Amino acid sequence: MFELLGIPPQALFGQVLLGLINGSFYAILSLGLAVIFGLLNIINFTHGAQYMMGAFVAWMCLNYLGINYWAALLLAPLIVGIVGVLIERFLISRLAHLDHLYGLLLTFGLALIIQGLFRNNYGSSGLPYQIPPQLAGGHNLGFMFLPNYRAWVVIASLVICLATWFVIEKTRLGAYLRAATENPTLTQAFGINVPLLVTLTYGFGVALAAFAGVLAAPIYSVNPNMGADLIIVVFAVVVIGGMGSIMGAIVTGFGLGLIEGVTKVFYPEASATVIFIIMVLVLLVKPAGLFGRPA
Amino acid sequence: MKLKTLLLGSVFGALLVSPALAQQISVKAGVLNDRSGLYADLSGEGSVVAARMAVEDFKAAEKGIKVEIISADHQNKPDVGSTIARQWYDQDGVDIILDVPTSSVALAVNQITKEKNKIHINSGAATSDLTGKACSPNTIHWTYDTYALAQGTGGAMVKAGGDSWFFLTADYAFGHALERDTAAIVTKNGGKVLGAVRTPFPGTDFSSFLLQAQASKAKVIGLANAGGDTINSIKQAGEFGIVAGGQKLAGLLVFLTDVHALGLQTAQGLVLTEAFYWDTNDQTRAWSERFAKAHGGKKPTMVQAGVYSGMLHYLKAVEAAKSKDTAAVMAKMKELPTDDPLFGKGSVRIDGRKMHDMYLFEVKKPSESKAPWDYYKQIAVLPAEQAFKPLSESECPLVKK
Amino acid sequence: MADALSADVPAGGLAVTETTKGTERLHRAIFIGLAVLVAVAPFVAYPVFVMKVMCFALFALAFNLLLGYGGLLSFGHAAYFGMASYVSAYTAKNWGLTPELAILSGTLIAGLLGAVFGSLAIRRQGIYFAMITLALAQMVFFFSLQTPRFTGGEDGIQSVPRGKLFGLISLADDKALYYVVAVIFMAGLLLIYRIIHSPFGQVCKAIRDNEPRAISLGYRANRYKLAVFVLSAALAGLAGSTKAIVFQLASLTDVHWSMSGEVVLMTLVGGLGTVFGPIVGALVIVSMQNYLASLGAWVTVVQGVIFVICVMLFREGIVGVISRAIKRPL
Repeated sequence: MFELLGIPPQALFGQVLLGLINGSFYAILSLGLAVIFGLLNIINFTHGAQYMMGAFVAWMCLNYLGINYWAALLLAPLIVGIVGVLIERFLISRLAHLDHLYGLLLTFGLALIIQGLFRNNYGSSGLPYQIPPQLAGGHNLGFMFLPNYRAWVVIASLVICLATWFVIEKTRLGAYLRAATENPTLTQAFGINVPLLVTLTYGFGVALAAFAGVLAAPIYSVNPNMGADLIIVVFAVVVIGGMGSIMGAIVTGFGLGLIEGVTKVFYPEASATVIFIIMVLVLLVKPAGLFGRPA
Repeated sequence: MKLKTLLLGSVFGALLVSPALAQQISVKAGVLNDRSGLYADLSGEGSVVAARMAVEDFKAAEKGIKVEIISADHQNKPDVGSTIARQWYDQDGVDIILDVPTSSVALAVNQITKEKNKIHINSGAATSDLTGKACSPNTIHWTYDTYALAQGTGGAMVKAGGDSWFFLTADYAFGHALERDTAAIVTKNGGKVLGAVRTPFPGTDFSSFLLQAQASKAKVIGLANAGGDTINSIKQAGEFGIVAGGQKLAGLLVFLTDVHALGLQTAQGLVLTEAFYWDTNDQTRAWSERFAKAHGGKKPTMVQAGVYSGMLHYLKAVEAAKSKDTAAVMAKMKELPTDDPLFGKGSVRIDGRKMHDMYLFEVKKPSESKAPWDYYKQIAVLPAEQAFKPLSESECPLVKK
Repeated sequence: MADALSADVPAGGLAVTETTKGTERLHRAIFIGLAVLVAVAPFVAYPVFVMKVMCFALFALAFNLLLGYGGLLSFGHAAYFGMASYVSAYTAKNWGLTPELAILSGTLIAGLLGAVFGSLAIRRQGIYFAMITLALAQMVFFFSLQTPRFTGGEDGIQSVPRGKLFGLISLADDKALYYVVAVIFMAGLLLIYRIIHSPFGQVCKAIRDNEPRAISLGYRANRYKLAVFVLSAALAGLAGSTKAIVFQLASLTDVHWSMSGEVVLMTLVGGLGTVFGPIVGALVIVSMQNYLASLGAWVTVVQGVIFVICVMLFREGIVGVISRAIKRPL
């Protein structure tokens, strides 16, 4: 058997695949962030909290209302998205004319509030959420045992990411969005309701986070702090991909998941930091990120 | 002048109140723990409830001891914890600090308590250094420590045939200590350690590390981590069919609340060591019932039970010493045997180690659980002398003299 | 970002450029008032608490020097604060350095680190600048986590001796230490005040407001940016090293990214681009953490609410609002 740096290739395949699975979470989350940043110019620090809310809404649906995973997969993003719309309407929109910094600080404050409230109500050890029975079990791929649910995560996130990319880059609605990003005043003058577009975009970005939350619920514990540390990593992903670039966010999300996965084999202690190292390197060489257009 | 007022005051006092209350002692106890983070459920407000119950059960007021309990959140950060501890001792007249989970914070509070010559009864922290290298005449380590956990889970699993181990170790001092202590026990009992992987702390995805553990073909995967890390690694081990594949998981630090968070479906079969379980005997059941009523229906963890037991013993010592003078109370606490409904009879050793039996539990299958919080079945009892590090091996300077 | 920032902060730097006689007199009065307050404080309040406020105030002042007057938003200032506190704690504990030397060495290392990181980061602007500083700070965090022999891992460096000042005066007593910290704090504040009002500071403000214009006038913008970055890092280091001696502890909290967030919060609450704002901000935030500690999990909620209120209603910060009311830069 060949060995690559002491690791049998089979094991490496397994790790690469796992990296891709983690990458799917990065991809959906950074996609949401990128969409929001692209149109609102706001770094949405609440993203982690909204991801957590998605998981919690799924848990509540199951435990209070008896609604199963599949319905929650639609319902949770909708509910959290509506909350997002309210936040945008009543708070964020009032900061639209100001510096990025204030949007970041506002959403940071909101994240603290949301996480604190959930912690008060549900404690911090987390709540159990079972894998839906249709996806229980797994397949032995020869080089590793792949749980069905993880396979589903990759597929679901790929579909969602590509669909989002298609809508924004290839449809009329997406064209409006991009126009509003480039020049809101002019777009408004053409009779397009830009504030509404902005609000809905924020709602959509947030719904993506909630969707990732529901996906995560069965494999990670449903925990009020689950998004708090993730958010910093996802920021890095967005920055590396290029702020506001849709495809950049998707590709970088999967790519960095992969790199992180491989790091977990060779130098596990550094796997939480490798993304930041890459971020510094990329920003020094390509300041606007891998896929960003220079400002 | 001052003396005169004092004299006058005490004369007045003697005239006004009944003789029994004349020697009124008022103590202030601070419960310092995690109220918002990882360990908030296993300590948190529950520990405050437990401390209050100790005051009630001791009937402190009738015995002329006035007790005030305050609490604060140390956020698992040594700097926050030491700031609060310092201020409590300097400013707020706190006499004793209770609980303090998170080893790093416990070590800091241990240090300040010694410096300020007050008392610290630790229930929440794991590090065996509190009664080892860092031991102090002012600290009692009440509930458990890494040595006892390793001894319980490690020793028992090797005896049951789990003689090759692979560790998933949270990459910080506590995780390393847990791994070190357990590995020592495993090798001592004739087992082998095949490897270990250091996982960034805190982490969410452990699948990659679990696959490495799987590839090692070790019979036992030791989880040298805590809180959310443990929960996630157990959950994901189930998902990747690791337990189904014949490898066993050993949770080196798992609390009742963690099992509650995991659900029995996922946690079943897990072997763990605890100092207290609510469903052990009639007394623990009765007490836990009362506790649950006062704490939103949740059953107590061993940490919360330890706070109760420690507070009770402290009050007994204050009563016996007839003062709250640190040296006198500490001497009484080490001299008097401990006895309470939760931990039974025990003692406090010279190095500050509270001695009691530890229990090895296995988490029940969902079908075996008859009521909410009915999670454990007892596999073995570890007598105190076996569970805790013998004084002969102690690194504590207090022992050597 | 530089342009946008200055536009948002009407009370800040813009007006400060025209320092009138009256303003100077007002500032002198504030300095004297502050000095008296600092001198009296330990008799009224808990000295350790006031020392904590002063350390964080100095940290926030250093941060504000960079953001408010240099127009550079660093999201990684914890690196300098934390690394300095490690160096100061380590040298005091393991090499037996006297406190002033330990603090000095911490400050120096922070300045050096600032020079290295700064020269990387100033090549980029706006949000990218912020992100590079964050990434570099994360690496410092990783380094601290991975070298327990130096940093003590998550236990931190505990029981650091307060030692004897110049090898003579014991600082074990809170009051003695207090006045040392007070002198450091006042000296730091005066230094920053001098920097802001020096020709160097004026050029920095000019670069902040319009970099191409400043370059066209013949100023080498990057040199000024780097200089202000290094100064800010070193002063943050001064605050960090002092904190390590005060609390006899250096820990991972000091290098964690949430510390970088906290200093932004302090500066924002107090008033971005005002001289005295960061002090007020540090006082507010530190007291909040102190007196709300018993609220447990509600602390974060309260903190979040204050954040939101500040951003929505008091963007100029407390001092910024006062400054506008009295129509004088503060």
